[in-house]
Amino acid sequence: MKPQETRPKDICLDCRQLVELDVGDITKLPPPYDDWVDEPIAEVPDEKRERFEASLDGVIGNVIPVPGTEEEKQALVEKFLVGIDKLFSKEDNWTFLQPFLLSIENCVKCNTCADACPIFEASGRVEIYRPLFRADVLRRIANRKRSKLGALTGRLTGADIPVTWETVARLADLAYRCTLCRRCAQDCPMGIDNGLIAREIRKLFSQELGIHPEELHGAGTMKQLHVGSSTGMNPMALADILEFAEEDIEERTGLNIKIPVDKAGADILIMHNAGEFLSWPENLQAFAIMFELAGLSWTIASDLVGYDSVNYGLFYDDIQYSRVTLKHAEVARKLGVKKVVMGECGHAHKAFMATGDRMWLGESNIPRESCLTLMEDLVCNEKIMVDPSRNDFPVTLHDPCNITRSMGIVMPQRKVLKKIAPQFREMTPHGVHNYCCGGGSGFAIMQSNNFPDWRMRIAGRKKFAQIISAFDDCIGPETNKYVCAPCSNCKGQIRDLLTYYEAWDRCRILYGGLVELVVNAMVDVKEGFLEWDFH
Amino acid sequence: MEFWQILTYAGAAVALGAIVLRAVRYAGTPIHLRWELYPVAHEKGRADYGGSIFEELDWWTKPRQVDHLNELKEMAEEILFLKGVYLHNRKLWVFSFPFHFGLYLVTAWLALLVVAATGRVAGADPGGGFISACMLAIQVTGYAGLALVLTGSIGLLFRRMSNPDIRRYSAPVEFINLAFFIVTTGVALVVQAMYDPAFKGLTDYMYSTITFNQAVLPDMWMRTEVVLGSLLVAYIPLTRMAHFVAKYFLYHDVRWADEPNPRGGKIEGRIKQAFGYRMDWDAGHIQKNGTWAEVGTEVIDDEGEK
Ligand code: SF4
Ligand code: SF4
Repeated sequence: MKPQETRPKDICLDCRQLVELDVGDITKLPPPYDDWVDEPIAEVPDEKRERFEASLDGVIGNVIPVPGTEEEKQALVEKFLVGIDKLFSKEDNWTFLQPFLLSIENCVKCNTCADACPIFEASGRVEIYRPLFRADVLRRIANRKRSKLGALTGRLTGADIPVTWETVARLADLAYRCTLCRRCAQDCPMGIDNGLIAREIRKLFSQELGIHPEELHGAGTMKQLHVGSSTGMNPMALADILEFAEEDIEERTGLNIKIPVDKAGADILIMHNAGEFLSWPENLQAFAIMFELAGLSWTIASDLVGYDSVNYGLFYDDIQYSRVTLKHAEVARKLGVKKVVMGECGHAHKAFMATGDRMWLGESNIPRESCLTLMEDLVCNEKIMVDPSRNDFPVTLHDPCNITRSMGIVMPQRKVLKKIAPQFREMTPHGVHNYCCGGGSGFAIMQSNNFPDWRMRIAGRKKFAQIISAFDDCIGPETNKYVCAPCSNCKGQIRDLLTYYEAWDRCRILYGGLVELVVNAMVDVKEGFLEWDFH
Repeated sequence: MEFWQILTYAGAAVALGAIVLRAVRYAGTPIHLRWELYPVAHEKGRADYGGSIFEELDWWTKPRQVDHLNELKEMAEEILFLKGVYLHNRKLWVFSFPFHFGLYLVTAWLALLVVAATGRVAGADPGGGFISACMLAIQVTGYAGLALVLTGSIGLLFRRMSNPDIRRYSAPVEFINLAFFIVTTGVALVVQAMYDPAFKGLTDYMYSTITFNQAVLPDMWMRTEVVLGSLLVAYIPLTRMAHFVAKYFLYHDVRWADEPNPRGGKIEGRIKQAFGYRMDWDAGHIQKNGTWAEVGTEVIDDEGEK
């Protein structure tokens, strides 16, 4: 069977692998990448297949151990079926019951959503990646289970998928072939959200079966809750990092800046994605410089969890989400700050301000705002002075889905860029109609097995095509170019994309956040804050 | 009382009941976490590019400006012209638009039949201006509506059968539903044109039915039309074809639901109530049967250890 012809009920097929991906099917890139040839996605070795499920598309995303016995398989199948009922229960799933019910019960199968999905398109329309496919698998299983009228209506309504271990294992991994970008939902005339359904599937597996990618759970939320940060950074390590940042700022700019920690009653508590501290310390430093030179009252928190704004629970598990976000709220309340400002991290924006809007209650309901609006105020109202000629190179903007499509923060970052980057140009499409970077919903940190191969070739293909198209007038390596991605996870994904497609060497494309560009343009900061080295 | 009249009453009652039940079920779900999707039509001055109040500095101190007019405009464009389908799936729109617009006309036609009958009950002169205007409107909406639904449903059925991407996801019931529309509207159109071109017979039927008098339908074909119509009216709301109910909630309670939760407000009360629900999830990191307030704050590891 061609990968373009799989039917939802094939998911239960008793075969080694449901779909064989062919990199030749992946969409072509625009010049100068029109001759780009992808290496095949690495094969999962047989001895690994004996231990971990790879029977969907030969890619391991959600690492699912193969049960040792038929009884164990059956027990997991039973649990899965019990979990389905819980998705439909208000006690177990009040957090998303209404959107889930509406989406699972009302799709009219018009397929309008298909053309909106960057993964489906980039893959060469591999059927299992069609937004409707995974939603329909769950829908059919749920219909069959919940139908009160038995087998006949089941067949009539398409509730025809036998729930075997193959079905369950493949669905658990298929939920991790969608970045939850919600572009499909935007185009659905009904308003059905196939991204939400993918998230509900992830949730069912995590909350009922304890199956979740290690990067999101054990090394993600769990580590954050126990150690303080998913990076493994504990409060002591934080102190070292901040000290190092202060020294680095002095070295780079000559400015003597003390990063305030746990300043009770500060106007602003800034919460960064702690990944920035380790991978892009210049981002943390730029915020410190900008805030200090603007004379703001601000602080960083050193309490457990309080110095890392990530909340991977948003991607896979409501309970872990709740635990992390309520810890964040508690830290803000204890410090008595006037507001929490979100650093450049898209999912943290959403976890704090959108979904979190109905989690932070009473005393802990401290106002939260985006660093992008704050930057707009500082730059556009001339609270800091900038010289745009310092950023006189082509700049394009990546819109993190969580900040734009899910929160409607679209113009502040553009107003800032128009002020500080004379060669700013948009990607097509952009704003709320953007394409996901391909690293959304945790993908950017899922680095094990052959998942990154898939992520580079398929999930991020559309974004990479957009990036090079935005620079088509100056694509050669003689011009330095900058992709501004005001989100930590997107930055990680774009770094990996530029590396995979050799775009630094071939085209001189660098990436980074927005605040680095702002500080690079600040007249009160020594020239050359932005360093043109790829890391 | 004739059999077909009982079917008409039953059809109307089942339809109404099913629609109300569906709406009550969706409306009765607990408050959920915010999950809006931009553009949100009522964001004043920002809807065109998809902006929100989060773009404002200290947004919680600013008045929330809701543009009801733009929301109504978006709704009207969506309901009347299926704007979303037009923009994102033009090939489908070619059939979907006549089908849906035809349904609105058919609904108006049925409503006009009731209005004309009620007018007669209220003593309006059958030859007078009001009833004559109603009869004219009944003819226009009836013929146009039935023809559009018939054309649209034939097109939709053809598309569902001929496009492999759609066929792959279509259950038998989806073909049956469209076939039901084709048969019912086809029969109605032919019967009206041949046996009751001015809709007088049907208006008389409606008059007798709403006054609970016996309605004699001497013609077998008209009886068939009434029976099929009554069954279809009852059937639609029992199926996914009643998606208009869900669409209302999908837009107003999810996609456009951006009402913030100020401290001490009514949303907060509803969330506190939800935090009191007992959950039953079974993974190792969740203590079974705790409330959301307990489980959602107390951290335990995958072996269930605190
Ligand atoms: S999710 Fe929406 S767009 Fe996709 S098939 Fe269903 S109704 Fe159509
Ligand atoms: S949410 Fe995004 S990645 Fe997932 S199915 Fe929809 S468009 Fe595709």
